[in-house]
Amino acid sequence: MGRLSWRLANVVEVRPETDRVVTLALEVPDWDGHLPGQHVDVRLTAEDGYRAERAYSIASSPDGGRIELAVERLEDGEVSPYLAGELRPGDQLELRGPVGGYFVWEPGRGGPLLLVAGGSGVAPLMAMVRYRAATGREVPARLLYSSRTVEDVIFRGELERLADAGDGLTVTHALTRAQPPGWAGYARRIDAVMLEEVGWRPGERPLIYVCGPTRLVEAVAGDLVALGHDPVRVKTERFGPTGVP
Amino acid sequence: MGGFVSRGFRRRRRTTTDQATRLPPGQYVEPGFPVLSAGPTPRVDLKDWRFKVEGLVKTPREWTWEEIHDLRGSSFEGDIHCVTRWSKLGTSFAGVSVDTLLDAAEPRPEATHVVAFCYGGYTTNLPLDDVRGGKAWVVWDHEGAPLPPEHGGPARLLVPHLYFWKSAKWVAGLRLLDHDAPGFWESLGYHNHGDPWREERYWGD
Repeated sequence: MGRLSWRLANVVEVRPETDRVVTLALEVPDWDGHLPGQHVDVRLTAEDGYRAERAYSIASSPDGGRIELAVERLEDGEVSPYLAGELRPGDQLELRGPVGGYFVWEPGRGGPLLLVAGGSGVAPLMAMVRYRAATGREVPARLLYSSRTVEDVIFRGELERLADAGDGLTVTHALTRAQPPGWAGYARRIDAVMLEEVGWRPGERPLIYVCGPTRLVEAVAGDLVALGHDPVRVKTERFGPTGVP
Repeated sequence: MGGFVSRGFRRRRRTTTDQATRLPPGQYVEPGFPVLSAGPTPRVDLKDWRFKVEGLVKTPREWTWEEIHDLRGSSFEGDIHCVTRWSKLGTSFAGVSVDTLLDAAEPRPEATHVVAFCYGGYTTNLPLDDVRGGKAWVVWDHEGAPLPPEHGGPARLLVPHLYFWKSAKWVAGLRLLDHDAPGFWESLGYHNHGDPWREERYWGD
């Protein structure tokens, strides 16, 4: 692998996902492709030369020269308010990547898959779910996804469609703050009971990917090991103002 | 790619002159202490905890939790830098200097590198010179309290002049080698050395 050089991507679409999250679709000239789970570094430069860099997971399936990032606007942030507020189609964005070789999945790595997401931590897992739908349907997959409210669920419609396809993907939501009337799903934080109900049995040796805020990742990874899952098959990643990996 | 300006982007974070001089390129000041790790946090019982220095040494050594605390203590106060771009300024750790551990084991003259190995299987590699001469510690206290498990407790390596993935959490020992042997992140695209002032983040940087 050669040096990861900075390149200018073209913003082709800015798509709101929730009140706080947008998808940025970017055309990246000479992009070599990526693996689901990898991230890019984004660099912003102000008129006075001031620069800020952050890492963002790629949410899209590998697809030629186009990548999508899901960016959550953090009000006290420096980079996310720009990406998820100021940037529009026709703008350019400096980035380099893809980066990261551990928190990645492709069909050849097998399964079954257990994906556990908290909030915008769903982004790299969405790349896996989309890639699986495009290429690897024989791998059974279960996504357990924690959000505050149903309005905060990122990719809600698309996840519904993918689960409805009946090709071995199940999607289970946990809503921690508020639930719509008649909500039949989980109404609490992800816990060991939920992981046992939704996840695979340890004997089925699932490959497990957990991404979200630190508190969720620490608790879920600890619960999974306590349930008997092999720690080596549990891969974790944190998101948020501190980025990845 | 000189000359590119991000339309409409302005600085929002204010850094003092002192902070600015202490921040390596591409980093920002983080008041908290973020947690980053690739897998579940290993739980290590202090009764079973051991720290080893092995490989190219005259006397392989092993310390229990009590024994390592009986060694002459050493502390660090200063700044740490994570490759994910946060830097924490003016923090402190306490434990024992790696010099003390190496002196006890007596590195053989042909030793040039070390691999730090950990509970949970993590590894990271360093030139021997980067952990000698008051540059590295094995620490179990952070800002006056026991190091929490998610931050590497019971004990982690501390090599503050390199990106923080070199400061291996849950460290179990050092193996001295006569050659370099890339560790976990170093085999997965991250820079072999990791000097934040030279922005050695990824392969080829």
